[in-house]
Amino acid sequence: MIELDEVAYSYGGGELLTDLSLRLAPGSFHFLTGPSGAGKTTFLKLCYGALVPTGGQVRLFNQDVRELDRDGIAYARRRIGVVHQDCQFLDHLPVAENISLPLAVSGQDRLAAQANLKELMSWVGLAHRAQALPPELSGGERQRAALARALILSPDVILADEPTGNVDWEMSQRLLKLLVELNKMGKTVMIATHDLSLIRAAKHHVQARVLRISGRKLQLAGADL
Amino acid sequence: MKINLAAVTDMLSFDAGADRVVPPTGFTARLTVFTAGAMAFLAVFALALSLASGRLAANWRDALAGSATLRISAPAAQMAAQTERALTILSETPGVAEARALEPDEQRALLEPWFGPDLPVESLPVPQLIEVRETASGYDGDGLRLRLQAELPGAVLDDHTRWRKPLVSAAGRLKLLGWLAIVLIFGTMGAMITLAANAALAANAQVIQVLRLVGATDTYIARAFVRRFTLRAATGAGAGVLAGLLAVVLLPGAGSEAGVLTGLRFQGGHWLLPLLVPLLAAVVAFAATRYAAMRVLGGLR
Repeated sequence: MIELDEVAYSYGGGELLTDLSLRLAPGSFHFLTGPSGAGKTTFLKLCYGALVPTGGQVRLFNQDVRELDRDGIAYARRRIGVVHQDCQFLDHLPVAENISLPLAVSGQDRLAAQANLKELMSWVGLAHRAQALPPELSGGERQRAALARALILSPDVILADEPTGNVDWEMSQRLLKLLVELNKMGKTVMIATHDLSLIRAAKHHVQARVLRISGRKLQLAGADL
Repeated sequence: MKINLAAVTDMLSFDAGADRVVPPTGFTARLTVFTAGAMAFLAVFALALSLASGRLAANWRDALAGSATLRISAPAAQMAAQTERALTILSETPGVAEARALEPDEQRALLEPWFGPDLPVESLPVPQLIEVRETASGYDGDGLRLRLQAELPGAVLDDHTRWRKPLVSAAGRLKLLGWLAIVLIFGTMGAMITLAANAALAANAQVIQVLRLVGATDTYIARAFVRRFTLRAATGAGAGVLAGLLAVVLLPGAGSEAGVLTGLRFQGGHWLLPLLVPLLAAVVAFAATRYAAMRVLGGLR
């Protein structure tokens, strides 16, 4: 699905990440941890083609990102659901339209997908907020809306960047539960977080591999968590 | 240059979703509509000027080509004899189809704009004018002048070339300037729409980022901007053309004698030409916005 082979990424003359190798197998669950500024977001961006590695190779669904044109990257992203910490919505559109945005951009009939949309919004607990505008949502509602948007095209992979960064403990557990459920449905999940308690809580529900970015490199963690 | 029609229709195809993803921008929209309207208004005038100049040049060329005037200055007592002699010479000149001495009434009519009506032409030392029409092959002007100089020293042959050529040339250049103005107007419109589209794209960087995140292609993102600016330009240009046509209709008509200032109205089928302006404006807006959008999107991953 997503493979990184000795990947390096430099910016402005400085090397931010180096020698990263990883294969996200179908149905796997990964945590990516590390201190703030370690490069977790950069790593995720490399994983969905928003950044091109300066060294090594990133393959999205068996295609080298360097060989993909912008449309190719766009098509690959439809198979990768991304949840950002700041969610990134179109603030002038209601929540339901924001969630169904991937359907629109991929040319799918949104009317035909209405049932799926309603089901998905109920699943994330936002059925009653369909017509609200994103700025009217709470932090937790925004995260769940972002998750719903990431899932609407039924992607193979979910990449979540600090999805619990702006929510309370109870809501972070709820979000984690949703992500674990998705993994049990066969989705590949990677969560970047600096919140170790979230990782510890997840260990009771899912077999997760914990990776840590330290000293610009990716390390397998876990034993000390 | 090959035009990809599928890409053009795809870019203009109606997609309510694509239209809604970009928030409405009132100021940019009004600016684009106003610019297109003003440019279309000017384009109508440039078109009218160009067509009128073309007609004027053609009129002068056709009306005066093949004609000349022989002016005879002589004492009153000799005027009739010299006129008779001139007519004889002209009748013997190969290439002259017709030569006719103007009647006093005709000469009076020619002088009326300067001296007013009822001018006693017969009692004034006014030269006698002879209108000369040449055949298709024409006459030898230099040869005729030499003969007239020898036999009638007071006769001057004016074949109108002296003032006809610069006038026709000026009218032709005016026509070209009109077309150049139209090209510049559409070029300016394209430049202004490109700037407005760039501003809109910059203002919507967050929208573009979100669309990219959810897998939108460049065509999808550009479509929202291209369609919006194309419609705005066509709408503004439509209004501008209507205003321009109204202004042209209100201009005084030329009648049968088209002049620069009095013949600006369109004639016949030319009234339909301004209707092409909104279409051209839409094409310009489409190309300008697409160029701007693809350039901006090309710089983003």
